[in-house]
Amino acid sequence: MRDVSIIAIGQTKVDEHWGKSLRHLAADAILAALAEANPGRIDALYVGNMISGEVAGQEHLGALIADFVGLRGVEAVKVEAACGSGAAAVRLGYAAVAGGLCDFVIAAGVEKMTDANGGEVTAALALAADGDYETSQGLSFVSINALLMRRYMYEFGVKHEDFAGFAVNAHKNAIGNPNAMFPYPVTAQAFAKARMIADPINLLDSSPIGDGAAAVVLCPTEMARQFTEKPVRVMASAIATDSVALHDRHDPMALQAAYLSVQRAYSLAKITPGDIDLFETHDAFTIMAALELEACGFAQRGQGTRLAQAGEIGIDGRIPVSTMGGLKGRGHPVGATGVYQIVELVQQLRGEAGVNQVKDCRIGMAQNIGGSGATVVTHILERIG
Amino acid sequence: MGNAFMKPLRDVGIVGYGAYVPRYRLPAAEVARVWRGGEDVLPITEKAVPGLDEDTVTISLEAARNALARAEIDPSEIRAVWVGSESHPYAVKPTSTIVAAAIGAVPNTQAGDWEFACKAGTEALQAGIGFVGSGMAHYALVIGADTAQGRPSDALEYTAAAGGAAFIVGPREESLAYFEGSYSFVTDTPDFFRRPNQHYPQHGSRFTGEPAYFKHVLSAGRHLMDELGYTAKDYTAAVFHQPNNKFPERAGKVLGFKPEQMKTGLLVDKIGNTYAGASMLGLTAVLDEAQPGDHILVVSFGSGAGSDAFSLIVTEPIRERQRKARLTTQYIAQRTEIDYATYVRFRRKLHMH
Repeated sequence: MRDVSIIAIGQTKVDEHWGKSLRHLAADAILAALAEANPGRIDALYVGNMISGEVAGQEHLGALIADFVGLRGVEAVKVEAACGSGAAAVRLGYAAVAGGLCDFVIAAGVEKMTDANGGEVTAALALAADGDYETSQGLSFVSINALLMRRYMYEFGVKHEDFAGFAVNAHKNAIGNPNAMFPYPVTAQAFAKARMIADPINLLDSSPIGDGAAAVVLCPTEMARQFTEKPVRVMASAIATDSVALHDRHDPMALQAAYLSVQRAYSLAKITPGDIDLFETHDAFTIMAALELEACGFAQRGQGTRLAQAGEIGIDGRIPVSTMGGLKGRGHPVGATGVYQIVELVQQLRGEAGVNQVKDCRIGMAQNIGGSGATVVTHILERIG
Repeated sequence: MGNAFMKPLRDVGIVGYGAYVPRYRLPAAEVARVWRGGEDVLPITEKAVPGLDEDTVTISLEAARNALARAEIDPSEIRAVWVGSESHPYAVKPTSTIVAAAIGAVPNTQAGDWEFACKAGTEALQAGIGFVGSGMAHYALVIGADTAQGRPSDALEYTAAAGGAAFIVGPREESLAYFEGSYSFVTDTPDFFRRPNQHYPQHGSRFTGEPAYFKHVLSAGRHLMDELGYTAKDYTAAVFHQPNNKFPERAGKVLGFKPEQMKTGLLVDKIGNTYAGASMLGLTAVLDEAQPGDHILVVSFGSGAGSDAFSLIVTEPIRERQRKARLTTQYIAQRTEIDYATYVRFRRKLHMH
């Protein structure tokens, strides 16, 4: 196995990009990355995407985007793992470089969601759930998370207001991120009064629908310094799975795949949770942030919401979370989200996060979740500059 | 002249204007009560609903008669009767011939129906300015009227309303307000549409905002003001197409208008979105209260998409004509609240076969 580093990043603002198609968004991110550092040769392109077939009328993204960015002929495929598609693409890029198959790989994520109406997008997102046993019963993705959140509140005596800190923190951090969809603050009072979506999940528990693309360029660490002064090393990359259907899990309150993938990652990186300087969680809904903090060893079971306060998860807190806005504030273009998380970790570890900079950070972790926890991808990155 | 603003060879103006709004009102809270959700963010207070015996023809006719009362002209001198609507009672057979016959404008007249979603009426107004401005006609009657339908439970059901306004375009010398210039901004933008045989339109949800309404309204308004060398401060009043409260308020703010400049022409909260009638009713409301010398900007919007912008200056004779017909505010104040069930009966939403 070869050691792997990220030498370049690119991203578009997460937004309603009415004037841009999926391929243009992907190209904007990829070309931005190549403008940062271009090794002059790309061996493979992996494109994370979840629902382009359903809402953008386009599959076959590997070849499409490779051609559009001037890489016709290169190895290129789309990678799909529901909302975990983006980090799964990074994982495959990592594996290709680490295994010696490729030297220079682009891992990108793209999602164009606003060409379809809300109902179509909701139906497409629900494809992440179990088609025979969940989706066919009428469960949407919000309602699946609502079942989780309701059970969590019941099991652990937690109130809805206890989740407010996650949304407040995400929006606060989004203000300092020029690529965030919602760069404005929300208050705990606004959170309490927000419009109900699927009880108990309200509007401010939920990440938005948006368009976006992000990309990273990977290469062997030993070559990285030829192209950048600030390479960021991939300490660990791990994917684990669980049952797709919520009802098939022995303990729905424990994200088993998150636990398995983070344990593998800690083991590969030879670190413990205490070594992590910042953590990009998959806060598609506030309940997910709480469950992840528990699965990753930052909080005891049932106590994740105790961290939902500035002193814990704020930029200067014990374990900064959603440092560039997270899914809630930056936005959640589903198949691209996992790559945004990696891009943001690189910004932080390079010291390029502006007003959101986590001081003296050396090790960052990102966790990207597909479905209600069936695919979980964990990456741990390290500053080596 | 290129893409600059439009002005006919001879100056024209509005020699008569009239409004009509049906009396029935369906509160948005009543729609929310039945369909649940959205109670916290109602787009308007209530909308005007046509009675069982009202349609685009009757609304157009009421507005046309009010316009004639203010114009004080012989209807047989009208050389065009043009009705813009998305709810013409017939798919084939003009609304405009019925209106023309009823007011006594036939047979020496043009007559035709116009369709451009919510700007069908102002499109007819642009044509009327050209028709009179070229000298082909002394007077042209242009109308925007609708009995708009929203699919039950859809966001549009809260606002899709009925009403209309009529304007008689004639020479500037006879006008109550004359046109300094106008401009149209059009692109092919499918934000809202209805296919033949579909009862309810489809809309692109949030796509109807930024890339549709705001792009066209702001482009049209800004271009016309720039060409005329005006800023918002130069206007007494501004009227924008008003599908809900939020859109026109924001459009006006972006163009630099203050709430007091928009208040008189902003009717949507009390009568809903009257589609082709919306910006034109806003203008009748402003003219009802206008003083000679007042300066008025009107910007319509029609899905599909485009905006017409008009800049007007009010003239002296308006004082004595305003009270010659019922005022827009009188129609708005004449109010009979109905519940959702009555609305269902009036709008024939129950199909029993």
